[in-house]
Amino acid sequence: MSEMLIKNGYVFDPISGIKGDKTDIAIKDGKIVEKVSSKAKIIDAAGKTVMAGGCEIHAHVAGPKVNAGRTMRPEDKLFRGSYRGGIVKQGKRMEMGFSIPSTWKTGYAYARMGYAFTNEAAMPPLLAPHVHEEFRDTPIIDQAAMPVFGNNWFCLEYLKNKEIENNAAYVAWLLKSTFGFGIKVVNPGGTEAWGWGENCVDIHDPVPYFDITPAEIIKGLIETNEYLGLPHSVHLHGNNLGNPGNYEHTIETLKLASEYKPKNKFGREQVLHNTHLQFFSYKGDSWGTFASAAKEVMDYVNKTDTLTVDLGCVTLDETTTMTADGPFEHHLNQLNHLKWSNVDVELETGSGVVPYVYDKDIAVCGIQWAIGLELALYAKDLMRVHITTDHPNAGPFTRYPRIIKWLMSKKAREATLDTMKRKEKIIKSTDLAGMDRELGLYDIAMMTRAGPAKALGLSNIYGSLKAGADANVAIYNLDATKLPTDPELIENAFSNTLYTIKEGVIVVQNGEIVAEPQKHTIWTKVSVPENAQVMRDIKEKFTKSYTVNLENYAVFDEHVHNPRAIEVEFSA
Amino acid sequence: MPKVIENVGCPYCGCSCDDVRVTVSDDGLKVLEVENVCAIGHEIFKHGSSDHRIRLPRLRQPDGSMKEISYEEAIEWTAQHLHKAKKPLMYGFGSTNCEGQAAAGRVMETAGGMLDNCATICHGPSFLAIFDNGYPSCTLGEVKNRADVIVYWGSNPAHAHPRHMSRYSIFPRGFFTEKGHKKRTIIVIDPRFTDTANVADIHLQVKQGHDYELFNAFRMVVNGHAADLPDEVAGIKKEQILEVSGIMTKARFGTVFFGMGLTHTDGRNHNIDIAISLTRDLNKITKWTIMAMRGHYNIAGPGVVWSWTFGFPYCLDLTKQNYAHMNPGETSSVDMAMRDEVDMFINIGSDAGAHFPIPAVKHLKKHPWVTIDPSINMASEISDLHIPVCICGVDVGGIVYRMDNVPIQFRKVIEPQGLLDDETLLNRIADRLEELKAQEA
Repeated sequence: MSEMLIKNGYVFDPISGIKGDKTDIAIKDGKIVEKVSSKAKIIDAAGKTVMAGGCEIHAHVAGPKVNAGRTMRPEDKLFRGSYRGGIVKQGKRMEMGFSIPSTWKTGYAYARMGYAFTNEAAMPPLLAPHVHEEFRDTPIIDQAAMPVFGNNWFCLEYLKNKEIENNAAYVAWLLKSTFGFGIKVVNPGGTEAWGWGENCVDIHDPVPYFDITPAEIIKGLIETNEYLGLPHSVHLHGNNLGNPGNYEHTIETLKLASEYKPKNKFGREQVLHNTHLQFFSYKGDSWGTFASAAKEVMDYVNKTDTLTVDLGCVTLDETTTMTADGPFEHHLNQLNHLKWSNVDVELETGSGVVPYVYDKDIAVCGIQWAIGLELALYAKDLMRVHITTDHPNAGPFTRYPRIIKWLMSKKAREATLDTMKRKEKIIKSTDLAGMDRELGLYDIAMMTRAGPAKALGLSNIYGSLKAGADANVAIYNLDATKLPTDPELIENAFSNTLYTIKEGVIVVQNGEIVAEPQKHTIWTKVSVPENAQVMRDIKEKFTKSYTVNLENYAVFDEHVHNPRAIEVEFSA
Repeated sequence: MPKVIENVGCPYCGCSCDDVRVTVSDDGLKVLEVENVCAIGHEIFKHGSSDHRIRLPRLRQPDGSMKEISYEEAIEWTAQHLHKAKKPLMYGFGSTNCEGQAAAGRVMETAGGMLDNCATICHGPSFLAIFDNGYPSCTLGEVKNRADVIVYWGSNPAHAHPRHMSRYSIFPRGFFTEKGHKKRTIIVIDPRFTDTANVADIHLQVKQGHDYELFNAFRMVVNGHAADLPDEVAGIKKEQILEVSGIMTKARFGTVFFGMGLTHTDGRNHNIDIAISLTRDLNKITKWTIMAMRGHYNIAGPGVVWSWTFGFPYCLDLTKQNYAHMNPGETSSVDMAMRDEVDMFINIGSDAGAHFPIPAVKHLKKHPWVTIDPSINMASEISDLHIPVCICGVDVGGIVYRMDNVPIQFRKVIEPQGLLDDETLLNRIADRLEELKAQEA
């Protein structure tokens, strides 16, 4: 089949330890290989930067709450760029929306930034067919979705009784039923409490009726995850997100993971991934005294090898917040009084959607912006710290190039800070202005590809240019030996690749979509022994409490688009 | 041996029940028996294998009669006319699966036309309110498992959604609601004494067209201004308003189900807007949710599918090719038809002939009219071309969205016997259209 050779580029590949050396990358039949024949198509990347295709660890790009946001916000489609869709049609289908782009735009936009994979951050199991329908209509990029477990009645009951084996059997069953990837936890216990209009703001707040605490849920799910040996760790959005003074809760939550060791065959070294850490790193006792706790939180992360985090950087845009943290969205709505959607999902989870304007002239927004960047600049091991915006919560994923610019250039950070009306207050409440660190391309490759892929347990497929990995490659118009002095050029280069190659096919050339090959749905197939107790419990809950029949609950094979299973052989 | 198929989805109302049992003949061609289904659903399954079913496309002849043609001819006719039309409109989709709705998006994006669904004449005002105010809702299982207060406002499920009350709202015993209807308070707000009002604990016979004022009165009480209420609002006595407000604020979990009685009486989208505001107010005190009583089994579907495809749920203008535009009033089917702006009409999975105003139908009838529908209906009988298709849930499966936007996976129970399903038909039209465009370019 097809062969390709990318010659003379400056290659940054943390998985194989290549730090900007001129290296040729060979591709055959959609995989990276050691060498190719003389018939290979040559791509000259002289003077350019070559990285593995980007790997997204946390973004809300498909499914019911994303789509509730799209439906609720027609204005998100208006007046963006030269056309109202923001772009002239390049691919097969039109591209619509800004903070909550259409599925088509999602696929195209990731591809243009050089990404190959994205991990949908929260899939309500009952609504899984919806997520898979959206995957079918999202072109080019491979996708996985994490079902949410932190408020699931089965888990609450099993974990209350410390039945890890049963919980594990249920998790394996649900991953199979939903074609899901890993264990997502959102405001454990708090979203169930929201079923009654309440919340759990502290990890020791008991969950109404179920009589279990968030701390017990988190620990129980970590134990379950390692018991099964899943590719990814527990992926946590903790309690008390977004409130002043929450950083102490955050550190207390992270400490819950300290007694566990990773157990898996996928090269993953963490037992807990704390997502969008920015939202959990706040000091102060009110919005008036709101300040950064990035240093305190990052100090703990730096010294704890069994943790990974992603940033959740605020990008100073008008965006759409959405999370399975139903009570938080209600709380946010009480602050900004914009429109509010809510979807509580029977026995499983909830979610909310509220538009939000991160106005650079509001001190709190400016401080949030600074915290996201500080977290990265305080980090010691960037393999464990990943660039995200918790898309679309802190900003759209299409702003990753801008975050990269800020991280790589102090000048760019200062320029943004200078535009802020409350600059003095932001300087006083954060450390950012005094930080001289500027990240390099190798750092960026760790934070956007190698690190997330490793944390997901997928580094043999994604985020890597090692022989055997999928041939996903991004070539950026950046000369690694003389980086531009104008930081805008860095943002431009990361916004539109010269080439994006997906499984050996050129999908983007000069920033334009040129091909739309088949994509994959990645899911985790765990083989566990049949558990009669769990199957009985499942039947009972479907008979008594669900409004959908058990036989119609698991996603039918015909509704899963081109699945690719990550197999886990369970051994007790 | 007849075969029993269980867990079948019902292609009638927005309840999208998925517990139907269908017995089919040994050869898989006939529906013999249907259980766990309301009277209307029963008829749809029976119709699926009726001898009267149309199985080939029919093209109108110069003498006014209809002549059977092949699917190939029908696809060619439709593609050619779409290619020629400047502003074709495809409307309907209450009764198609999501796969068909996605394919329709592809057809109309390729054709550069208008795309709209039945919400435009039913819950369109609800969309307008959602655009303004959001939608604090939940799945129906939340209602079943938690709700102790149910409000049906301007809706009559006893007739329109026959199993709604028994499966989801009033009668079921859920996890936290083991006593079923005995522990639930049912409030029906309707100017008519409907069969639903008949099972309510409280029926507020609101003055026709004055729903907005009654919502406003509840909001006043909930927000602490009861003292300022007049003695009567919208035909309801102050004492009763205070009583019902008390029930609402003391609920553990309440849900408002609303229907056409709000979206199509005076106030329209404003009624829904204030209903949502009341729900928001109540959430400061306790837990409340709100839900539109969507009519057809998959009329929520096109709103969902087109939101992820184009960013808008209905009234789509795809004529600009590079981007979609939505502006109800300008891009809504009936308004365009009334202004005679449309030069081709495709009616699919609905009956514009029966539901649109006569002047709108007269304008549409001046231009090529295609009906894609399993059944004979008023639209099919005035069409230039009628293309029969599979019935979702009978001869084809697929995903449908229940009224609470929960995706339900439907199954097929009998063989399609030569009929095409919506998705295949529409994709073949899109393929042909792409060829025609390529030839021209």
